[in-house]
Amino acid sequence: MREIVVLSGKGGAGKTSVTAAFAALAENKVVCDLDVDAPDLHILLDPKNTVAEEFLSGNLALVERTDCDGCGTCRDVCRFGAVTLGAGGKAVVDPRRCEGCKACVALCPRQAIAFPPRVCGYFARSETRFGPFVHARLDPGGENSGRLVALLKRNARELAEKEGHELILCDGAPGIACPVISSLSGATLAVLVTEPTPSGIHDLLRVAELCDHFRLPVGVIVNKADVNPEQADRLEAACAEKGRVVLGRLPYSPDVTRAMKARLTLPEYGGPLGEEIARLWEAANALAHACAKAR
Amino acid sequence: MHAPRAHAAGPLRLAVASGKGGAGKTTVSAALAAVWAEAVSRPVLAVDLDVEEPNLHLFLRPVIAASRRADLEIPVIDADACTRCGACREICQFGAVTILGDTPLVFDDMCHGCGVCLAVCPAGAMRPGSREVGRIEDGAAGAIGFVGGRLRVGEAMSPVLIRAVAAHVEALLADLPEADRPDVLLDSPPGVSCPAVNAVATADAILLVAEPTPFGVHDFALAVEAFSPLGKPLAVVVNKAGEPGEADEALDALCRREALPILAAIPDDRAIAEAYARGRLLPDVSSQYRALCRELARKAAALVREDRHA
Repeated sequence: MREIVVLSGKGGAGKTSVTAAFAALAENKVVCDLDVDAPDLHILLDPKNTVAEEFLSGNLALVERTDCDGCGTCRDVCRFGAVTLGAGGKAVVDPRRCEGCKACVALCPRQAIAFPPRVCGYFARSETRFGPFVHARLDPGGENSGRLVALLKRNARELAEKEGHELILCDGAPGIACPVISSLSGATLAVLVTEPTPSGIHDLLRVAELCDHFRLPVGVIVNKADVNPEQADRLEAACAEKGRVVLGRLPYSPDVTRAMKARLTLPEYGGPLGEEIARLWEAANALAHACAKAR
Repeated sequence: MHAPRAHAAGPLRLAVASGKGGAGKTTVSAALAAVWAEAVSRPVLAVDLDVEEPNLHLFLRPVIAASRRADLEIPVIDADACTRCGACREICQFGAVTILGDTPLVFDDMCHGCGVCLAVCPAGAMRPGSREVGRIEDGAAGAIGFVGGRLRVGEAMSPVLIRAVAAHVEALLADLPEADRPDVLLDSPPGVSCPAVNAVATADAILLVAEPTPFGVHDFALAVEAFSPLGKPLAVVVNKAGEPGEADEALDALCRREALPILAAIPDDRAIAEAYARGRLLPDVSSQYRALCRELARKAAALVREDRHA
């Protein structure tokens, strides 16, 4: 089994357009959107027959107002500033700030704080024209994105094993923290999409360092390479120096937005970009095979 | 249009946010910082709260004067005093404390720093320790003040550092005489979950950067859903506006429905992409863009002032 995670550090570098193109080109796979905070892959994949479940994760402090005597212990022990004393001097928990740590629940002298499970979003399984699709959405302002990512990966693996798929193709989140770290676990290869801009390069280095930290091999795609070709050359040289594989380049092209507006992946949209992305997919797939073998 | 006098109401704090990454938050934040003084006649402090991938410094190029560690308080167990009762393991909601064989253990990376284990330990065998979550840097780019957070690579809990940077900014403001307090621009992380919500917490108003593409409009709608309940004024900057199409109309319709003012539209211009790729600021691309940025700064400042008067 191979598991490819597409990341970039920086948002807007082209992760989702690349993942969708790979989904159109790869055979016998499960596609998975791990950007649970702002998922976009479904816009191009057009999922059908969706079966969704609530994502319950952790708990939420809830003050039973009749039992609260306003002593303020909960407010004082909360490290997240989630508790205030509201109308009538009774405690109120701001669910957006509550971390679900249970400190206030455990330390309330009147045991006036309940701790119900928390609905943080949903996760789902769907059919698409490219095969099965596992996706989710965290409620806006929600917590526990790392747990939701782990849950999605578990679902994708179970589905792949049950139906005999050999590849899991994941679209990752921007950044380098909670959900991204969670998306790396058990992966075979991280495809890092970058652009030759100061922020693109800066962010690539941080996400590549994160992959090094978890000993995950990477393959780099330089997107929008022609907006600064000299920088793209330097970027590739820097990757080579560190032994990071460069899979290839893509040009800055209005076709990316045109394809998106037509709700098509790049290979379906056609044109020169479709051919270039097909070459990148061959390179990425070959690298993933080699990484899987090396294990 | 004259910028209202600010001093009466104190410095304003404007968060620049977006659902989708790459929509142009840093472009807009850096552009606003560059023209703020000339447009609004107020000093400005640019703050990078996108601590996972901080980029603002790449465009403002501040000279960093000070850098400090930001820590999260996590427990340390005194194995001699510990009675192995398991109270800490039972109460911890994050699986960060356990007893392995006869050894009490804290998994530092899993700890959220809530302190409940210290509070419930009947033997008093736990004391506060710390984990580095990242660094906070102070500096200046000419007259523009700069504060930035930088998450340690491998650290999962970016909201901890985001809150620490925001608290540091508030402390900096409180230390200055009232008349010298600058307006604050908060360059926020992408998305709409806990990091983004933490980043906009101290803001008076939120400027949402939206891209008129299907991905951009979809994530913009999520951002509106996430930020509207905060009760702060929201306004929109459309970035990469250009090709008229379905998504432009969808964005306009969404703004109309939610009564969100569009303060500026930055065209989809390859010259901007190329300037960005060279680390140049939007107002320096052309006089036309400089005028656009000034107008945006004036309108954004007015948004906060009007809200305060209302």
